[in-house]
Amino acid sequence: MRPGGWGRALLALGLVAAGGLAACKERPAPAQAPPAAAGPRVIPIRAKKFSYTPNRITVKQGEAVVLEFTSEDRKHGFKLPELGLRADIEPGKVTRVNLTAPRAGTFPFACDLFCGDGHEDMTGELVVQP
Amino acid sequence: MSFDDQRRDFLKLLGIGGLVYASGLAGVGRLGNALAAKGSTPAAGDFFFLQLSDTHWGFQGPPNPDAATTLKKTVEVINQSPKQPDFIVFTGDLTHTTDDPAVRRTRMKEFKEIVAPLKVKTVHFMPGEHDASLDAGEAYREFFGALNYTFDHKGIHFVCVDNVSDPKGAVGSKQMEWIAADLAKVDKDAPIVVLTHRPLFDLYPQWDWATADGTRVIELLQTHRHVTVFYGHIHQENHHMTGDIAHHAAKSLIFPLPAPGSVPKRAPLPWDPSSPNHGLGYRTVAAQKKGTAFDLTELGLNGAKA
Repeated sequence: MRPGGWGRALLALGLVAAGGLAACKERPAPAQAPPAAAGPRVIPIRAKKFSYTPNRITVKQGEAVVLEFTSEDRKHGFKLPELGLRADIEPGKVTRVNLTAPRAGTFPFACDLFCGDGHEDMTGELVVQP
Repeated sequence: MSFDDQRRDFLKLLGIGGLVYASGLAGVGRLGNALAAKGSTPAAGDFFFLQLSDTHWGFQGPPNPDAATTLKKTVEVINQSPKQPDFIVFTGDLTHTTDDPAVRRTRMKEFKEIVAPLKVKTVHFMPGEHDASLDAGEAYREFFGALNYTFDHKGIHFVCVDNVSDPKGAVGSKQMEWIAADLAKVDKDAPIVVLTHRPLFDLYPQWDWATADGTRVIELLQTHRHVTVFYGHIHQENHHMTGDIAHHAAKSLIFPLPAPGSVPKRAPLPWDPSSPNHGLGYRTVAAQKKGTAFDLTELGLNGAKA
């Protein structure tokens, strides 16, 4: 080993250990996880020509959720007429739609901002379980 | 006796033949509207015009293997008719949409060239969302002129309403003011025909078959006694009443779509080689009773009653 080699090795070991400790600190212990009642469940939905991902969203009747939309290309719309929901989905922004489904059923939704050849295919459905 | 025969007899009993009343009839009259529109026989009217819709020039795909010739053949069939209409209206989606502005303009230019040989030289065009939503109607205006306008013909006031150049499918406050100002100049008893692309009422908003602020437009129209609306967009015949206002959707000349909400997806119906008209067609609209009633006759691609 070259002069100073042990010192560098010890320093590296220390950094790894420190990093490991830091990582342990950042990783929340199960006991410290926020309680489920802290807020509504967030459901991320990505919009792009000409689809939503996911395009089938399942919630429980009466469950408070937040549909969190982002667009990967251009401005899109979200319209779910039977529950009176609609929103613009713009690139670079997160659009949040609060939803507490009042009744069970399957409710279609669609893009209501004409977005090109395939716009008519940009649909999905919300499944509300009893 | 076939269902159509029974329907015709029923209409005779009602004493309304094939007339589609624009307004002024309640109960039985409204029932007559819907039935008569489907089973009418042509009657001599004050005049008649043709409604063509949703030609989608530029579309290619299995739903219409004859897409390159459907419109051209229709022009030939119309020209061969011994009795020519006073005018023709195209209620939107003249061209199929494209992201490429140059291709959009090429399609519009080709569309104009295809319909130019029509013997009838008075042709009124309307935009659909495929023509005008991606560029707020810029290309459409270059080729066809104003997105909304009025004209008068033999005592009937026609109002062409743009509910597509806003991609939200809205008429918008500015055009709403324009409609209100125009209607204010028209006698309350004068016959009014509205030409537009999307349904003004909520036919099936789950499929975007509606106009975002259509309720307000209908409220404006309800200030007049004899209003009839002709529209396209849904690629099928449909008849609906909002109060005393009759709304009539026309078939397409490119592919039919399923009945509202009848299937999970609003995908084109498959091409049926054995069907003579493939669910496509157009209609004659004969003005009766000084424009307070209309006799609709649905025609197939061959120009025969469908």
